[in-house]
Amino acid sequence: MRLEYPTNVKIILVPCSGKVDVLHLMRAIQKGADGVYVVGCLEGTCHYNEGNYRARERVEHVRTLMEEVGLEPERVRMYNLSSGEGPTFAAYAKEMTENIKELGPNPLKDKG
Amino acid sequence: MISPKLVEVGRHLNIEILTNAELLSLEGEPGNFKASVHQEPRFVDLAKCTSCGECAKVCPISLPDEYNEGLNDRKAAFKQYPQAIPGAFGISKRSTAPCKATCPAHVSIQGYIALINDGREKEALELFKEAHPFPGICGRVCHHPCEQICTRGDLDEPLAIRELHRYLADWEQQQDEPYIPEIKEKRDEKVAIVGSGPAGLTTAYYLALAGYQVTIFEKLDEPGGMMRVGIPEYRLPRNILATEIGVIEKMGVEIKTGVTFGTDITLDSLKKDGYSAVFMGIGLHGGRKLGVENEDAEGVLQGVDFLRDVAMGKEVEIGEDVLVVGGGNVAIDVALSAKRKGAKNVTLICLEKREEMPAWEHEIEEALEGEIQIVNSFGPKSFFIDKSSKVSGIEFKTCTAVFDEDGRFSPQYDDDACQPFFGDTVIVSIGQSTVLDGIKEAGIETTPPGGIKADPVTLQTSVDWVFAGGDAFYGPKSVVDAVACGKEAAESIHRFINGLDLAEGREKEWEFEKPDISMEAKKARTQVRCLDPEARECNFLEVSFGYNEDEAKTEADRCLRCGICSECYQCVKACLAEAIDHTQQPEDKEITVGSVILSAGTELYDPAELAQFYHYGENPNVMTSLEFERILSASGPTMGHLVRPSDEKEPKKIAWLQCVGSRDTNRCGNGYCSSVCCMYAIKDAMIAKEHSAEELDAAIFYMDIRTFGKDYEKYYERARDKEGVRFVKARVHSIYDDPESRDLILRFADEQGNMVDEAFDMVVLSVGLQAGEGTKQMAERLGIETNHYNFVRTDPFTPVATSRPGVYTCGILQGPKDIPASVTEASAAASAAGAEVAEARDKDTVSFQLPEEIDISGQEPRVGVFVCNCGINIAGVVDVPAVQEYAGTLPGVVFTDNNLFTCSQDTQDKIKEKIQEENLNRVVVASCSPKTHAPMFMETLEACGLNKYLFEMANIRNQDSWVHVNNPDLATEKAKELVRMAVARARTLHPLHERVIPVNKRALILGGGIAGMNAALDLSKQGFESVIVEKEAELGGMARRLHHTIEGADIQAYLGDLVDKVQKDDKVQILTEAEVLGFEGFQGNFVTDIKVNGNGGDRSIDHGVIIVATGASEYRPKEFLYGEDERVVTQVELSERLEKDDAAGLDTVVMIQCVGSRNEENPNCSRICCQSAVKNALAIKKKNPDSQVFVLYRDMRTYGLLEDYYTEARNQGVIFIRFDRDNPPQVVSNGGGLAVKVKDHVLQRDVEIGTDLLALSAGVTASDTGELSNIMKLNRNPEGFFLEAHVKLRPVDMGSEGVFLCGTAHGPKLISETIAQAKGAASRAVTFLAKDEIQLSAIKAQVNVDNCVKCLTCVRSCPFDVPSFNVEKGEIEIDEALCHGCGVCAGVCPRQAIQLRFYEDDQITCKIDALLAGGF
Repeated sequence: MRLEYPTNVKIILVPCSGKVDVLHLMRAIQKGADGVYVVGCLEGTCHYNEGNYRARERVEHVRTLMEEVGLEPERVRMYNLSSGEGPTFAAYAKEMTENIKELGPNPLKDKG
Repeated sequence: MISPKLVEVGRHLNIEILTNAELLSLEGEPGNFKASVHQEPRFVDLAKCTSCGECAKVCPISLPDEYNEGLNDRKAAFKQYPQAIPGAFGISKRSTAPCKATCPAHVSIQGYIALINDGREKEALELFKEAHPFPGICGRVCHHPCEQICTRGDLDEPLAIRELHRYLADWEQQQDEPYIPEIKEKRDEKVAIVGSGPAGLTTAYYLALAGYQVTIFEKLDEPGGMMRVGIPEYRLPRNILATEIGVIEKMGVEIKTGVTFGTDITLDSLKKDGYSAVFMGIGLHGGRKLGVENEDAEGVLQGVDFLRDVAMGKEVEIGEDVLVVGGGNVAIDVALSAKRKGAKNVTLICLEKREEMPAWEHEIEEALEGEIQIVNSFGPKSFFIDKSSKVSGIEFKTCTAVFDEDGRFSPQYDDDACQPFFGDTVIVSIGQSTVLDGIKEAGIETTPPGGIKADPVTLQTSVDWVFAGGDAFYGPKSVVDAVACGKEAAESIHRFINGLDLAEGREKEWEFEKPDISMEAKKARTQVRCLDPEARECNFLEVSFGYNEDEAKTEADRCLRCGICSECYQCVKACLAEAIDHTQQPEDKEITVGSVILSAGTELYDPAELAQFYHYGENPNVMTSLEFERILSASGPTMGHLVRPSDEKEPKKIAWLQCVGSRDTNRCGNGYCSSVCCMYAIKDAMIAKEHSAEELDAAIFYMDIRTFGKDYEKYYERARDKEGVRFVKARVHSIYDDPESRDLILRFADEQGNMVDEAFDMVVLSVGLQAGEGTKQMAERLGIETNHYNFVRTDPFTPVATSRPGVYTCGILQGPKDIPASVTEASAAASAAGAEVAEARDKDTVSFQLPEEIDISGQEPRVGVFVCNCGINIAGVVDVPAVQEYAGTLPGVVFTDNNLFTCSQDTQDKIKEKIQEENLNRVVVASCSPKTHAPMFMETLEACGLNKYLFEMANIRNQDSWVHVNNPDLATEKAKELVRMAVARARTLHPLHERVIPVNKRALILGGGIAGMNAALDLSKQGFESVIVEKEAELGGMARRLHHTIEGADIQAYLGDLVDKVQKDDKVQILTEAEVLGFEGFQGNFVTDIKVNGNGGDRSIDHGVIIVATGASEYRPKEFLYGEDERVVTQVELSERLEKDDAAGLDTVVMIQCVGSRNEENPNCSRICCQSAVKNALAIKKKNPDSQVFVLYRDMRTYGLLEDYYTEARNQGVIFIRFDRDNPPQVVSNGGGLAVKVKDHVLQRDVEIGTDLLALSAGVTASDTGELSNIMKLNRNPEGFFLEAHVKLRPVDMGSEGVFLCGTAHGPKLISETIAQAKGAASRAVTFLAKDEIQLSAIKAQVNVDNCVKCLTCVRSCPFDVPSFNVEKGEIEIDEALCHGCGVCAGVCPRQAIQLRFYEDDQITCKIDALLAGGF
């Protein structure tokens, strides 16, 4: 569908959102990413039954940790969509980018 | 959802896909059929197309997109939908357009018109010039046979085709430089052309294009032949002629004027000068004489001489009164030129009647406009001369007939009817002749009428290196004919010089097909502005002004696009993969096959025929359900935005009308239920509500809601009770279209019988499925039977077999059904078809052989990076060389390359070569999606011995160039970053090996009913053993209590035969009175302990697969006095009684539906009870026609073709009374009587029915399998039915690999459906059993026991219960054979003691580090 979205989004492939580790999300923030989000399948449609629920839990956990250390939890998010939803993917990429832009750069940048 | 299946089929080694194909006939017998298949061309080479879509971008032809139900447009070059398999594009072409087929030069007329319409004049001009060098000349003088054939002419007036290419030439005149076709390669051979008329110039043009050195020799002082000296300037301005000849000169053709063949040059001299071939295009420059007295008198001129002198600017003397003899185009040019040269009166006299005149009509009209007097039907007898021997007139005789009976020229005169005409100048213009000076002397043979003799196809003359064409060869014709001839001459000369066969493949039939124009609107032809007739006098100014840009586009837009594809060839130019081939022809193939499966599907009911009622097609807010689904789809025409078509506003109220084209014998004749519409309407209503920003009122108007599938009732309840979908039980009486708001007002009777009008923003018609004329014709061609609705006929006990042995069917071709049922049947048909060809397995099939793996242990990473241009898909946005250069600077990278298409076969070969040459031990491809392409690249690695897991992709197309098209600089930066990340990851990869496990080729079948036995027999037919474990003492299960199907088939006879076959089959072992005690193992290697009472002791069975067929039973009612009053029975009991006795004493029978179904305890519909009730009701009516049968129901769910029996029951007088779930019937037994009380909806009051018997339609209860499911870890739903792996895609597979499911153990179903599912389960099992070993994916979780603290988090987290604690070893174990590879355990492990191979922590974090730190 070739829908445009911001170039600052780069995708890392995992077999299931349930594979995404708290450490991976934290690592991205620590290394200076302004934001990181996990895109999983729609809830209830996980090929592995419950991977996307677990991903959501972990994202929530990371958000709590972020808050604890004084970082904006909004830098980490979970989105759900199906593979047929290109327009939604692009919309989420834009939304995330805009939200992050409002927050400004990750204070950890160049310190990691 | 369908995508993975498509990819699997597309990549399968033993599946060949023929698209655009039709099975014409089938000869032979099962095991050895000859299938004749007709395949229409795709015009795209599947092997070359990379699916980049550039062809569609440049295609000027738009047409309704069938995939989106015509709600938007697609191009003629198209891909049906993004995931389509084969992934290649295709081109829609009806035929070559009639105009192109008819044009002697075969110019792609529809093509340049489409390009004009698209504002692409340059491309249009270039296209024209591929086929014809003179757009401007022919734009003025062509007799345009194309316009005669133009389809638009059948409707109103033909397109002004000629004016449109004149427009292109005029456009070219306005450019700084004319378009000079590119000459690819120069050659040394020289060709001489004698004569610079249109034939000679065209020959020169095409030979120059092919690289030859061409010289034209022209006798006159200026080039152009008749175009220069025959066609008057007012018709063909000299500057146009000069421009178009100038182009040919600029292409390197030398034109030498004033050179006469025979005197200045001869064949000998040409040969001596090194010419390899000669083309003679000398035209007809001599006039024909009348042969009457005094013809040589002064003042008598020859037409061609006159025109030539005028054209060359010579002084011509003519008088005031000019007589022109002749009725052709030349005569008219002569007359009009004479007028312009000052003649006062010009009279044109010809033999023919007005309508017989050979001149074209528009020329005659122009003559009349020019005040030329035309006199018909006179032939000259003699010239009058005055005293000075100067001509003064002609005596004419009346011509009575010009042609004889055969249409040959043979004028007859009446010498007695003569008339004199007087004038001071007579110009004879009755025909032309060739001036053959020097031709005969050169030894070139001529024809009796005086032309040059040559082969009609090759144009070769009697002197082999001399070719001839144009008027001198075939007589007087038009410029376009000369062009056509010149092209052929050039081809012949090229072949002659290269020693090729001159004639081979030359004669092409140009066939065409016209489109249906019945729905086309008329559009008036755009008139060409012309010089006023008065302004034409005494000058040679061009008469016609031609079109301006707006006029040209208006006219171009009238084109009806007869060919669909316009053959503009823009796609050919755009396709860098060179995949497009417009020359592809239809093919007829004969294929030898062992069996045939027909799964051709059906069509949707088209509500257009009921437009008056539904306003479908009249009001755009009335849509079919499929159109509505496209509106809801994220990839659909509105990108999933729910708006109504009339005003693009979000609807607030939508009505669904059920049973459109189904259950309707009156209006459309489709008496059956389409089975799927209730479910899809509910689904669409829910999605529509979800898509609406504001609250949407979704109302479904229905007769019966038929949610009869497994768990479908729960879905219906959710829609009604939780999501607020409104269900209105009413058949809509009429629909009014509000012409202003475009709302639709539905009039219907509500449940109380009141007429209600309600307005809706949109109406969705839940259209049914129907078998069309095509199905019937296919069935007739193949000799298979269809039923009265044209669906392919099958029998209840052979649900996928057609009437022809060896031919099977599945899906809705056999009857309406949903996706799970279709997929189940597909597996069943595969099993049946597979049994016929089981012998060919591993003999006629293909498999991969891999070379030995390269050992890379101890080596430093040597990464090769291949960056793909993807034609211009990536390279058009991303600076590919810069990305390649950057990749070369990354650590570990030892080789980089960029490729036009990395996925093409030649690049694959190159990758292999580089892996070997450069000792690459990691490969990164920066191109597109790993989803579609990684498996192919990984195979490439494997094929040259490199472990396939040493591969990584960077998706710089889908995730970069495609989505950042307006930011090329940032896209290039992003591509570099993605490549950096990919290289970082590649360095961390290590070889992985897929564990191979052997397969035990025996099946364990749990349950010996119809399902289990059918599965066993199908396995046996394919050569595999099975063990049936039956808990009862006898085989047969529930079927032992059933007698006849609703169709009347004898169940007991069938069952007896089935049991007999199973017992005699030596591949089937039967254990009765047996139950499962213990179980262990994994796919391919199970061990089950069985306790057997009947057959002597317990045993342990090794098997590779499991088929679960444990069945179900009839619910034992607790309600309605069942068990208390013996007159209350179940339907099964009733049918047992009807089987034994007649229906004596059964004067009144009441049946109550949904007993033990659709209630709190069992929320599901039991699917089969409605048909059981109808079956028994019909049986009672048959035995006792005077009996009264009442069926008390909630929704009658006689789905599919069962609806016929429901209709029959009503016709037989069975009375159906609907009741509400909240207000069920009451049964009272008092004294001797049994009575049922129910509220009748039609009468709106309670009725009491005294009855002799009450039959309860008791639902289906799952067998007690609690213990079994525990032992074997098989999942069940809350009602105890086993769960399939995926409702739609894997309806007979269970969640664990190697375990399959069939029959009523899965859910309630009919015997025919059970048999289909059993065959399906056998088929799925065979996909396992047929393999000697199973290769597991290497992507599995692995425990590092040294790090593990045995916290058991993984054991608790795994969605598949795979990790287990081995008490003996004191370790956590993850069985590779059971692990699904999702990585959840790796994610939860607090000590990272579990790693998911290929996605290990460092293999992910390295990407994060590479991206963010910009380094390693």
